[in-house]
Amino acid sequence: MTFFLQMLVTGIVVGSVYALVALGFVLIYKASDAINFAQGEFLLIGTYICLTLITTYQIPFLVAMVLTLVFSGLLGFVIERVVLRPFIGEPVISMIMATIGLSSLLAGIVHIIWGHETRVYPQIFPDTPVRLGEVVVSPVYVWSLIIVLILLAFFTLFFKYSKIGIAMRATADDQQAALSMGISVKMVFAVSWAISAVVSSVGGVLLGNINGVNSSMALIGLKVLPVALLGGLDSIPGAIIGGFIIGILESMAGGYLDPIIGGVKEVVPFIVLVLILMFKPYGLFGKEEIERV
Amino acid sequence: MLRLNNVEVMYDRVILVLKGMSMEVPRGKIVALLGSNGAGKTTTLKAISGLLKSENGQVTDGYIEFEGQRIDGEDAEAIVKQGIFQCMEGRRVFEHLTVEENLIAGAHTRKDRGNLKSDIERVYHYFPKLKTLRSRVAGYLSGGEQQMLAIGRGLMAKPKVLLLDEPSLGLAPLLVREIFSIIKQINEEEGTTILVVEQNANIALSIADYGYIMENGRIVLEGTVDYLLSNEDVREFYLGLSEVGKKSYRDVKSYKRRKRWL
Ligand SMILES: Nc1ncnc2c1ncn2[C@@H]1O[C@H](COP(=O)(O)OP(=O)(O)O)[C@@H](O)[C@H]1O
Ligand SMILES: [Mg+2]
Repeated sequence: MTFFLQMLVTGIVVGSVYALVALGFVLIYKASDAINFAQGEFLLIGTYICLTLITTYQIPFLVAMVLTLVFSGLLGFVIERVVLRPFIGEPVISMIMATIGLSSLLAGIVHIIWGHETRVYPQIFPDTPVRLGEVVVSPVYVWSLIIVLILLAFFTLFFKYSKIGIAMRATADDQQAALSMGISVKMVFAVSWAISAVVSSVGGVLLGNINGVNSSMALIGLKVLPVALLGGLDSIPGAIIGGFIIGILESMAGGYLDPIIGGVKEVVPFIVLVLILMFKPYGLFGKEEIERV
Repeated sequence: MLRLNNVEVMYDRVILVLKGMSMEVPRGKIVALLGSNGAGKTTTLKAISGLLKSENGQVTDGYIEFEGQRIDGEDAEAIVKQGIFQCMEGRRVFEHLTVEENLIAGAHTRKDRGNLKSDIERVYHYFPKLKTLRSRVAGYLSGGEQQMLAIGRGLMAKPKVLLLDEPSLGLAPLLVREIFSIIKQINEEEGTTILVVEQNANIALSIADYGYIMENGRIVLEGTVDYLLSNEDVREFYLGLSEVGKKSYRDVKSYKRRKRWL
């Protein structure tokens, strides 16, 4: 039982980070119908920036984190403006190809600046384990979860109530009608990319604190794509719930099945994804076309 | 207040749709723009509101003037900010947003967001039905309710000119009459200038001050409502009335071919 709970907690924490990165995929998909294959690189850049600020410039973690968020937001803005803006109105496939190109470019830049050996964050969170009944949890897990939950709550409120949040959802529904309201669709695109970069980089920093940092972290991007597909590519709640489901499944498979069949942990989420998509092709919470009868 | 002078519009740089379109919408009035399918009515509205750009269309000749300033070629966003709001054909509500969220989206360009609550109430004053549906997802509303929402969304922007594209489309006659009487009420109470595009000439002329009839990309007839209502051709082709009694469709068609105001 304790083992089960242990795996559950690990799953929830990792899943929360997946949820965050999946949110990034969903935002860009909702805005432009495109999948951003550079999501993993956003995550990588965020975590390296934060690490560098802390280790090289001796900046305290919280300040470094805020600076990283600002930087990521700007990076998202600039990339949208320079790389993707020209593709507005072009076939979606061109935009997807552009993000694939962007992903290689960013990966190259990261490699040049930071190399490829694994680095570790200095200890930021206290190291005395937290006890939840019989389960022992390392504080970095607890803090990760708290930070992610705060961010997810923030964005949920943002999309529900803020002017820009409503404009973003309106644009996702009907771009031309949004234009006719005087909503700047370009602004919506730019904000989507900025938020997407920000949430990914937070995910990167948290995972970096848990596992250390190296360039293979960009692969998380690909791993989280199924999370977004599972929840429904255009559903924000779907991304969040999908993240937790995949995180928990992966952790359980790692705990119970890996000792029997090595490496199965990596495959289980995909098997579940395929099974679910067979019954719900738009994902668990994917937008259904509303048809009045 | 709003003036089109010899406007030419092309789509995709080759398809010429408006061929010298001129019309005027005076402040505080209701102007009806009538014409059959494909005449270019929607294109005219999109030329005014700047939505043409999103369809790769462009004003290639002539100009559009609003309060003495040229507005052709400006972005839709800038035009909404200047006080021109288009309610698009087919209602185009944001289907996955609630009624109230749709209204808030309509107020996007408003600076005085403190008044949002009272503005929403003002919309409910014109459309009490929407109040009972306020937290309903707009996609599940009936056609009439969606049309009310589309106009209400326009009110939220507090426009000086409201452009309405076929508000009667697909609605039952009783509902059409209700919606047009509310349009009239908005014009009187808010002082909003209205340009309404319709195929249903009867209903549009019942509230309008002045009317234009459009065919094949230009105006072929214009005048006060009284003049249009007494014009033989208008009575026959747009109102379905005729002094001689009902002609067969075939007769009308050949007559129409001879007389096309070109
Ligand atoms: N986006 C577009 N691209 C090319 N042609 C168009 C476009 N929109 C409308 N047209 C053409 O312009 C003409 C007028 O259309 P429209 O303005 O929608 O007429 P109406 O609203 O009077 O029915 C039609 O022949 C139509 O095919
Ligand atoms: Mg039309």
